[in-house]
Amino acid sequence: MQGLLAQGISVRYGARSVLAGLDLPLLRPGEVTVLAGPNAAGKSTLLRAIAQLQPHGGQVLLDGRDLAHVPMRDRARLIGFMPQSLPSGSSLVALESVIAALRAGDTLGARQADAAAMAVLDKLGIGALALEPLSALSGGQRQMVSLAQAIVRDPRLLLLDEPTSALDLARQVRLLSELRRLAGEGRIVVAVLHDLALAAQWADRIVLIHGGHTHAEGAPEQVLTPQLLAQVYGVEARVERCSRGRIMVMIDGEHAAG
Amino acid sequence: MSDATLQRYHRQGRRNTLLVAVLGLAALAALLLDLVTGPAGLPLAETLRALTGAEVARGTQVIVWDVRLPVACMALLVGAALALAGAEMQTVLENPLAEPFTLGVSSSAALGAAVAIVLGLTLPGLPPVWGVSGNAFLFALGALGLLQLLGRIRGGGPEVLILFGVALNFTAAALLSLLQFVASADALQQLVFWTMGSLAAAQWPGVVMIGVVLAATVPFSFRAAWKLTALRLGEDQAKSFGVDVAGLRRWTLLRVSLLAASAVSMVGVIGFVGLAGPHIARMLVGENHRVFLPASILTGALVMSLASTLSKTLVPGVLLPVGLVTSLIGLPIFFALILRGRRR
Ligand SMILES: Nc1ncnc2c1ncn2[C@@H]1O[C@H](COP(=O)(O)OP(=O)(O)OP(=O)(O)O)[C@@H](O)[C@H]1O
Ligand SMILES: [Mg+2]
Repeated sequence: MQGLLAQGISVRYGARSVLAGLDLPLLRPGEVTVLAGPNAAGKSTLLRAIAQLQPHGGQVLLDGRDLAHVPMRDRARLIGFMPQSLPSGSSLVALESVIAALRAGDTLGARQADAAAMAVLDKLGIGALALEPLSALSGGQRQMVSLAQAIVRDPRLLLLDEPTSALDLARQVRLLSELRRLAGEGRIVVAVLHDLALAAQWADRIVLIHGGHTHAEGAPEQVLTPQLLAQVYGVEARVERCSRGRIMVMIDGEHAAG
Repeated sequence: MSDATLQRYHRQGRRNTLLVAVLGLAALAALLLDLVTGPAGLPLAETLRALTGAEVARGTQVIVWDVRLPVACMALLVGAALALAGAEMQTVLENPLAEPFTLGVSSSAALGAAVAIVLGLTLPGLPPVWGVSGNAFLFALGALGLLQLLGRIRGGGPEVLILFGVALNFTAAALLSLLQFVASADALQQLVFWTMGSLAAAQWPGVVMIGVVLAATVPFSFRAAWKLTALRLGEDQAKSFGVDVAGLRRWTLLRVSLLAASAVSMVGVIGFVGLAGPHIARMLVGENHRVFLPASILTGALVMSLASTLSKTLVPGVLLPVGLVTSLIGLPIFFALILRGRRR
């Protein structure tokens, strides 16, 4: 069975249950899936659980293999993970940080790793930042470098936590089209996004996380409905189709309490 | 474009390697300087002849080979050990203020020393001259063992480790005060002197021991260099790169414990080198641990060696405790580097 299957994922912090047996549909290679949902719904927690960075109940199967039983090193080759927030204090230069992503868990030769890391930075259009210390980068630049760290091992599964949150308009498009391209080459791409307009434009599938469960999932036009948005976010939304079949989501206001 | 950038990166790498080599040469020069200074007022030529094994007066032979050389080597090795321990500690605790003694190694070692000096309890089978050092070593290692155990039970992230370490520090300090309270005036003075950190008592077996500990730990430190570098990007990142962070932390702390415990048991508590050595190295070569670790080792060795020389010459005729001097000589370097601004 090809693809990512996460079933019965549960995570609790102390007595509080954040994810309560959450099931994701089978996410197939070639697809870009967007996870959306309110703040604190557990999207980051879910990504970290899938990446095995977080103790959790339930099962995560990648191409039929239980990720919990895949040795750490092999897992690093299978999964690229981009965290929501990045430490800003390091004086490593961008290129070094991407080389570290290649060499920390693996015994890759220096020459090979250096060239591969540089190639990824170039591909993302940030080759000019290669020798800048991470601590001297802007938030958006750091986010692009973080994406480079996630994709440089050429993983089968890409997990990205709000990858566009600090990016300008052009960079958002660059990042998302890069994700599309990576998916097109047969990878599984899962990204948390708050911007539903971007999600509608770029995702094959949107999964709404709410109340510790998958509240709804499907193609953008199935999920982005006024009813569902009202249920999950408590907002009054209009959803309209405009030119080229694009979906527009307009938020008119919040629902009164309750 | 990308080729040019890569070339520049490699050039920077070579520059850093060169810097490390320069640090190494400077440390060697400092060692020589340390060897030729001393209260005995030996002529330089005479000292050098004794070192090269040429025929010299018996007294000169003894001074150079049995007094100066062990002290100078001890300074070099202790500096190296403390700075390496500090560098690794700062990385695994993800805290730039960490140093080898953050987790209570020094106060535990002092407690061990006090047990030997005040209560006269030492390890059976150890020659009496090693009683104090033996106890200090044992207590220091024991403290870190306890810490690892606690951290393991509680699932030790850096915060948990630091909190336990602080608690351990206070416990050991309190017990130490208790022993000081009941100690005789003689024992008290001996203890205070021990705590201050001094190279005066350095002897070959101690030098060999630190040398062995360094030789046994350094290869593992270097092998973990990329893993430690990855940890600078955050724990989640390191894990997703395939680094077993818990294991890395455990083994690194074990190395740090061995280094710090053997240093403190031989020469007492020497501050500053373990904190500032890594910072100076970081400002010089950056944080890629492949160069940062060797640079830290050599910076520590250099600072300690200079401190040892100064402790003999600062006040003529008086041998100052080297622990005091490390701060005096390290601080100006440290400030100069900070004021000059970070290079990278
Ligand atoms: N380490 C932690 N300890 C305790 N509670 C946590 C921890 N991490 C997350 N939580 C809690 O888990 C819940 C889900 O957090 P999570 O970060 O997964 O939300 P999210 O959906 O990613 O939110 P956002 O959109 O704000 O990023 C929150 O209520 C948060 O307070
Ligand atoms: Mg989040």
